[in-house]
Amino acid sequence: MSRTVEQKRALWAWLFLALPLVYFILVRFYPTLDAFSISLTEWNIVGEKTYVGLDNFIALYNDPVFWIVLGNTFEYLALGVPISLFLSFMVAYYLDQIRFGHGFLRACYFMPFLTTAVAMAWVWRWFYQPVPIGIINMTLGQLGILQLDFLRSTTQALPAVLVPAIWAGLGFQIVIFMAGIRAIPQTYYEAAKIDGAGPWQILKEITLPQLRPTITFLVVMSSIGFLRIFDQVYNMTQEGEGGPLNATRPLVLYIYKAAFDDFEMGMAAAQTVVLFTILMIITVIQLRLLRK
Amino acid sequence: MKNISVRKSFIWVMLAIGGIVMMTPIIFMFSASFKYNDQIYDLALISSEPTLSNYFYLFENTEFLTWFMNSFFVAMVVTISVLFFDALIGYTLCKFKFKGRKLIFIAILSTLMIPTEMLVIPWYILSKDLGLLDSFIGLIFPGLMSGFGVFLMKQFFEGVPDDYLDAARIDGLNEFQIFIEIALSMVTPALSALAIFTFLGNWTAFLWPLIVTSSADLYTIPVGLSSFSGEFQSEWEMIMTGAAVASLPTLLVFLLLQRYIIRGVILGGLKG
Amino acid sequence: MRLICVLIIGLFISTSAFAVEIEYWQYSYKTRLDAMDKLIAQFEVENPDIKVVHTNFPYAQYRTKVAASVAAGEGPDVVQLYYGWLGDYLSANLLQPLSYTEFPHQTIEDDFFAMVANMKVGDDYYALPTAVRSLGLFWNKKIFREAGLDPNKPPQTLDELVSLAKKLTKRDRAGNIVSVGLTMGPINQDHNWWREVLVRQFGGTPYNQNTTKVTYDDEAGLKAFEYYADFVTKHNASVVDFMDKGEIAFKAGRAAMHIDGSFVLSTFARARRLEWGVTELPTHNGIKANFSSYWVNGITSKASGEKKAAAEKFLKFITQADAMQLWLDEVGELPARKAVAGKEANFNHPEFGAFIRGLEYAHTTNFYSEAAQRKTVVDMLDRIVLLDMDVKQSLNIAAKEDQQIIDKAIKE
Repeated sequence: MSRTVEQKRALWAWLFLALPLVYFILVRFYPTLDAFSISLTEWNIVGEKTYVGLDNFIALYNDPVFWIVLGNTFEYLALGVPISLFLSFMVAYYLDQIRFGHGFLRACYFMPFLTTAVAMAWVWRWFYQPVPIGIINMTLGQLGILQLDFLRSTTQALPAVLVPAIWAGLGFQIVIFMAGIRAIPQTYYEAAKIDGAGPWQILKEITLPQLRPTITFLVVMSSIGFLRIFDQVYNMTQEGEGGPLNATRPLVLYIYKAAFDDFEMGMAAAQTVVLFTILMIITVIQLRLLRK
Repeated sequence: MKNISVRKSFIWVMLAIGGIVMMTPIIFMFSASFKYNDQIYDLALISSEPTLSNYFYLFENTEFLTWFMNSFFVAMVVTISVLFFDALIGYTLCKFKFKGRKLIFIAILSTLMIPTEMLVIPWYILSKDLGLLDSFIGLIFPGLMSGFGVFLMKQFFEGVPDDYLDAARIDGLNEFQIFIEIALSMVTPALSALAIFTFLGNWTAFLWPLIVTSSADLYTIPVGLSSFSGEFQSEWEMIMTGAAVASLPTLLVFLLLQRYIIRGVILGGLKG
Repeated sequence: MRLICVLIIGLFISTSAFAVEIEYWQYSYKTRLDAMDKLIAQFEVENPDIKVVHTNFPYAQYRTKVAASVAAGEGPDVVQLYYGWLGDYLSANLLQPLSYTEFPHQTIEDDFFAMVANMKVGDDYYALPTAVRSLGLFWNKKIFREAGLDPNKPPQTLDELVSLAKKLTKRDRAGNIVSVGLTMGPINQDHNWWREVLVRQFGGTPYNQNTTKVTYDDEAGLKAFEYYADFVTKHNASVVDFMDKGEIAFKAGRAAMHIDGSFVLSTFARARRLEWGVTELPTHNGIKANFSSYWVNGITSKASGEKKAAAEKFLKFITQADAMQLWLDEVGELPARKAVAGKEANFNHPEFGAFIRGLEYAHTTNFYSEAAQRKTVVDMLDRIVLLDMDVKQSLNIAAKEDQQIIDKAIKE
């Protein structure tokens, strides 16, 4: 009796999973393998694919622009993750201690998270314009300070593009940090206070260690986010080129250009394989480091 | 005591300044959308003669309304599909015992490691071969189910006691009815969290819609805004109006349902 | 009433089994779509047995669309393409040659401007333009007047251009430029101005005869680029990409002079409170030069039999004199036939005239990859302006990059 019931239920299970399995195989697994296989070919999407082995990867290795692009991608990561985590933790830590206007302040910090990256990229692009139209430079001008070049500078452009990305993600990180802080049992703090620990010590000895899972989660999430930056760069630089002089061009934009401007599908696929590998390595390293 | 309140006020002021800084881009965006072209470079937030003419122009002379509806339609369809299927998969993987269960779960979970950027090229080729380029199906198909949602839902179904389901079985409901009528109603917080993330993700999605659509009738808001802004670059007030229209729905919903949304984001963020 | 009869008969015939349906593709641009719809309506009245389906796609995705669909045996019978893409289209077998009988070579060479020769590969012509474009110098009369200059006297030579640009630049108290003397936008049309106009005016040539070698990396090219970069680095009379795009700055009245193509005429015509004029590009050492680009229409390889015959009829129709006049009036793009361009009303037109006169001494660039080759010029200027690189060094890098693009394309 129980056997047939179990068999019947297993049948239901397969029935429920039939369509999803087909979907995941067709739309996730097959394309993944396909990306790997295309990366070993030369193909302009119209003609025939020719197998070229690892030629695309060798060409990438010898492509100076690719190394610039890779450098930019890591710069987004290396600046974006610490800055956004530091800021969001500071805000969350202090916002947690505030009662008056708490909901309102939290909303102010959270709202950018709900905006559309493309839309806000254009808003920021406007802000960064030189006088007489850019708001930031107009303000500087009124204060009598010489204007900044922002998007027209090889050194300032990348941070300028990064700011909207950090800005938009901050709200999410703050909310997650606050939830993490709330989850720390009150008794820990009370015990520490009895021991005569100051606020700095409590932060160092209790809050931060207790937040380790939260921090791990946020570091991994934001790393992936910054490594995949695209919307902002595409919409904030001239003709979406990631200029000036490739100063802001990240890997995903390079992939996009190779695939959908030049139709070098093999080369583009090879770059996605590189991106995949980087994401994999970074995630694994971070999980290892932060779990200790 | 006095010391503490001084400290608190200081913190409050600093946080408030930070909050204002955070809101500045959004405020300026809306403010500019109510200005005429010759006032837009004033720093004044509220124009001396505010106007809705930009909005009228946008809806009458551009395809913004179409893009808005497209975005809404795509985000809605994808969200409904994700809610249904991810819940069904999560439920099945959690509450049914059968061979291969673990393998399927790990396989689905592993898709989380594959970046979309890697899939867009094969998706593009697939769409081309199936004639799905520049079509609604082409826009929608990559998002219909997600590994993230399956994981989230499975986590939540763990907390649903089997007794309830068994009781329903005794009442003679079949497995699909149990899922729809009993199980789903017990994980509504998770469903709403998943709905928020999925809708937001699709409303703001840029890369895939940019690649798969080519006719302006099929653009979603981000793609439309991007091409529109390139064309209207001389008229920043129009770009700001477009950006405002793109951001308004999500911001409005947030203002109405603030508490639920933050709770949902925490749920989805932490469990997921 | 007669027209209605004709239409009804036309409708009847077009729905009958004998009607031929052909598809025409171009990229989306409002005025071009409207003009083409008018031409198609006229054509269908004249040829009631042919129906033309007019399809359009945004510029950004146009190329992919054509390539993907023609390869799949679908898509257009008559297609519009940028002249610079011809090489790509031919190597992908997307086009068929125009027949000698329908499009006699002698007539093409007699009637069209010389640059149409670019459409001849081997012994065959592959496409014909409806309209062509050239560059002109726009100037803001109000800014001239405010600076105490004659608002009807734009610069005639490159030297005048420099001295005027310097005089017409406006700065705020902190020294920031708030209105430029001359716009600088290498990513827009300036790369063409430099490559085909300045290089020649300083005594050089951009490429060798059959465009296999970069030849601008000599003294002439250097002087030409120095001249160009000096507007920013020496004369302090411009800001690169001021207000994001020269066109915008000029439209907003924040640029005294601006070099652009005939296609911006309609944009400036719509701008309120903008007093402007347009004239031929300044000369140097008595040398006149201009850059011309154009879109052509070709018959795709999939058209055969009666569709091919219909496609030929349609192509003839949209490249005849009347179509060009309509295109000029509606779109503001210049006629590709000398006879239409030379008409008194067109040749001396206050706006079109400058561009039409420029066509006589215009050159086209045989691009291999327009975007990539353009970027070499953009980067060349950026290296000088942003990284303080020596002009010569930057020019050499650009020439090398450009040569690599050419070599790669030829190899394929």
